[in-house]
Amino acid sequence: MTPANTSRVNDFTIKIATVNGTGSASANTLLMKSIFRSGIPVMGKNYFPSNIQGLPTWYEIRITRDGHVARSGQVDIMVAMNAETYARDVKEVAPGGYLVYDSTWPRPALLKREDIAVFGVPLARLCNENFNGVRTRILMKNICYAGVLAALLDLDLARIRELLAETYAKKPQLVDSNMKAIQLGYDYARATFPCPLPLRVEQMTRTAGHIMIDGNTAAALGCVFAGATVAAWYPITPSTSLMDAFKMFADRMRVDRDSGRRNFAFIQAEDELAAIGMVIGAMWNGARAFTATSGPGISLMNEFLGLAYYAEVPAVIFDIQRVGPSTGMPTRTQQGDLMECAYASHGDTRHVCLYPANPEECFYMAVQAFDLAERLQTPVLVLSDLDIGMNDWMCRDLKWDDNYRPDRGKVLGQDEILKLEKFYRFVDKDGDGITARTLPGVHPKAAYFARGSGHTQYGAYTEDPTDYQMVLDRLLEKWATAKKLMPRAVIDATAGAPVGLVSLGSCDGAIREAMDVLKSRGVGVDYMRVRSFPFSEDVERFLAAHELLFVVEQNRDAQFRALLTLETAVEKSKLRSLLHYNGLPISSAFIVEGVLAELQPRQQLQPKGAVRG
Amino acid sequence: MTFIAKPKVAHPSLPKNALGFTRRDYEGALSTLCAGCGHDSITAAIVEASWALAVEPQNMVKLSGIGCSSKTTAYFVSGGHGFNSVHGRMPSIAMGANAANRALQYIGVSGDGDTLSIGLGQFCHAIRRNLNMLYIIENNGVYGLTKGQFSASADVGSTAKKGETNFQPPIDPVLLAMTLGASFVARSFSGDKQQLVPLIQAGLRHQGFALIDVLSPCVTFNDHEGSTKSYAYTREHYEPAVHADFVPLEREIIADYKEGETLPLLMHDGSRIVLRKLDTAYDPTNRTLAAAQIQERMKAGEYLTGLLYVERSQNEFHQLNATPDAPLNSLPYEVLSPGAQGLEKVLARYR
Repeated sequence: MTPANTSRVNDFTIKIATVNGTGSASANTLLMKSIFRSGIPVMGKNYFPSNIQGLPTWYEIRITRDGHVARSGQVDIMVAMNAETYARDVKEVAPGGYLVYDSTWPRPALLKREDIAVFGVPLARLCNENFNGVRTRILMKNICYAGVLAALLDLDLARIRELLAETYAKKPQLVDSNMKAIQLGYDYARATFPCPLPLRVEQMTRTAGHIMIDGNTAAALGCVFAGATVAAWYPITPSTSLMDAFKMFADRMRVDRDSGRRNFAFIQAEDELAAIGMVIGAMWNGARAFTATSGPGISLMNEFLGLAYYAEVPAVIFDIQRVGPSTGMPTRTQQGDLMECAYASHGDTRHVCLYPANPEECFYMAVQAFDLAERLQTPVLVLSDLDIGMNDWMCRDLKWDDNYRPDRGKVLGQDEILKLEKFYRFVDKDGDGITARTLPGVHPKAAYFARGSGHTQYGAYTEDPTDYQMVLDRLLEKWATAKKLMPRAVIDATAGAPVGLVSLGSCDGAIREAMDVLKSRGVGVDYMRVRSFPFSEDVERFLAAHELLFVVEQNRDAQFRALLTLETAVEKSKLRSLLHYNGLPISSAFIVEGVLAELQPRQQLQPKGAVRG
Repeated sequence: MTFIAKPKVAHPSLPKNALGFTRRDYEGALSTLCAGCGHDSITAAIVEASWALAVEPQNMVKLSGIGCSSKTTAYFVSGGHGFNSVHGRMPSIAMGANAANRALQYIGVSGDGDTLSIGLGQFCHAIRRNLNMLYIIENNGVYGLTKGQFSASADVGSTAKKGETNFQPPIDPVLLAMTLGASFVARSFSGDKQQLVPLIQAGLRHQGFALIDVLSPCVTFNDHEGSTKSYAYTREHYEPAVHADFVPLEREIIADYKEGETLPLLMHDGSRIVLRKLDTAYDPTNRTLAAAQIQERMKAGEYLTGLLYVERSQNEFHQLNATPDAPLNSLPYEVLSPGAQGLEKVLARYR
């Protein structure tokens, strides 16, 4: 085993505290991308308020040579630009770390810390002396701290200029003014502080074949590639950027060059009820349609989801989960809609859910969601969350196979209809619980009446107990078929341990990092990441094969654990919950501590020599 | 309701339309509504209008929400697909369906509860989008399936079957639609087939959102004395202001109207509506004046009926969205996917 690398080069976290609406996002993106283009794995997390301007906001950049994707849980360099949060920002810096602040105005001496290095830069003064206009000065102050960091971390200024040139390709004068601000901060830092710091960046080659993208953009791209033509939604944080991205891509790639006609319909609905209604109407009528929403929207969509389940109409819904209950914390992350989505609506309903873990999977699962929805003639919910959806993640390049063709499921064309004696909408001819459907306009013989009221397998209204139950039971057979079509769980059983971690979605990065840490401490664990509901068949096997299972999820009520106990044969006593639900993305430290807290006392109870190595 | 189905075989002497279909071909399942229900007369008028227009049955898409009225989409044009959705949400289903395939004919049937209470929001927004559909409200002022509660269209002072008086002002769909910018707004009475059939024909051909509010008495829960939506009350207080004759493209206009009293309106497909003023003071092409007059007469307890407001609507949803003429659901996948090369170009932005 090689000795652990104790150097902090390419392995630290910067946190930038600013005021919402001051343009700090451009500075942060600039920093992230210049590190990424230096070949160093990097990750960004945005902790922003539900506000347009004025409230505190933070951006965290983790430079991680090992390619971790979770929040690190500690801050090595703090850029404290916001006087309002200065006190707490100072406290958050890890011992031995650094604090950069705007020294134009004095800060309270009471907050001084002896265990960190404090660098004062008169950012406001520098910008006031060099730029005109209030707004410009505020914006440039933020660009200026990027220059300070460039000097401290040893970032390549030529690369920064190159990025600015790309961003402002249409406004070249902005490249110069931004570069001037960068240089002001850079020169001041070089002249004043010991640059570069031991926490610095060094060229690597680990980002080739990768992109930096957020999950909402990737999911939107997936919808374009899936051939979705109808997009209906009601604006809600944190899902809105998915629709914005779809519109942006569609405007570029779906507009006929000659006629200017748009090969998509983009509909801002009056509420989420209407949004899901439009999706159902469009998919019933043969177009691929989707909506994106968050928890409160799913609550409103419940009635329609039940209709789509029972009337067997495909629909694709992206739920970018945020913190609940109720309005909760709209700009913070959680996995709080697992239960609600699995069984949305009254009566016996259950829905296909997909759980992407990162933007890359958002892209592929978006495509898969449409195929599954049309194959199974039922709603498919893709449960992303704010952390995946709105933060920039380093992902492998997205790949596309030009041989892909949408699976439209059992939709009868005119030729097939003409061969039929009679068409019955809900008669199961193949024994898989999926019955053939037809689209409006195809042929009078194929017309049927879609309804949410009790119906027979022939599609007629019924209140007859046997006829009603026959359809309801067949829906369960369809559910059994769905199980076979679901993406399999991702299983890492290399440890061959009796202890397993079980999780889903955005916990993945923190878990994989935690497994490395645990391994370095001599604790080997297996890991299963579930990717769908209904659970694929391998889930049951993994649960059965392990003695103790930590169920890691980001909600208070252990919703995922509840789903496992409801839908599998696992004994409850084997399951331990590790629940993280404060609105911040889960960190590896939380998981390591949780696992060790449970395992260490157990190991101490065992006689010597029985401890597994 | 009756449980005796009509024989499937039609008499050979029944008249046929341009497609060779008889009226029977535009019928649907047997009605399960009460005998004498106004809604059944509206169903019959829809059958008549669809037959007369020679609509291809499979091209008619029938949409509804929940309630007595919403059941009726099963009772006409059985060759067209139907979607009986959830309470008050038919407009969103219609919007989605229409977005997917603009080439079909969309007809929605709703009730006063479905439209004016639970579905008021969706109704308004369908009008704002100028969704290309015919929207019929079968308006009886009462909830039938739940046995006789007032609906939002019940008039002040009208009494329920059990004697309770309504004190809340009604929401009038006609005035509401006119305020929201609807380009085809009509009111009729289920008992006046002469008036209703051409209105349905014109409404089906109108490009954009067409509303027909049809007073349709509930024989079981709202046909008593004290009701303002009973057969007797409606017959007494309803006043045709404008008669609309629908003249399809194929037929020549027979000019039997006197100059000055008639107004032919050309529709987008080349057919015409010929308006005949029955009330000379009424102008169905002036939104503000027409609305004021409707309100005036309403105060006097009278329902003005007919094609109360009409204009050639310019921008229905698809024109605003600039969708191609070919239905979105017919576009081949190759047109929709940017392919591996397209993806590579996109990814360059994220490096």
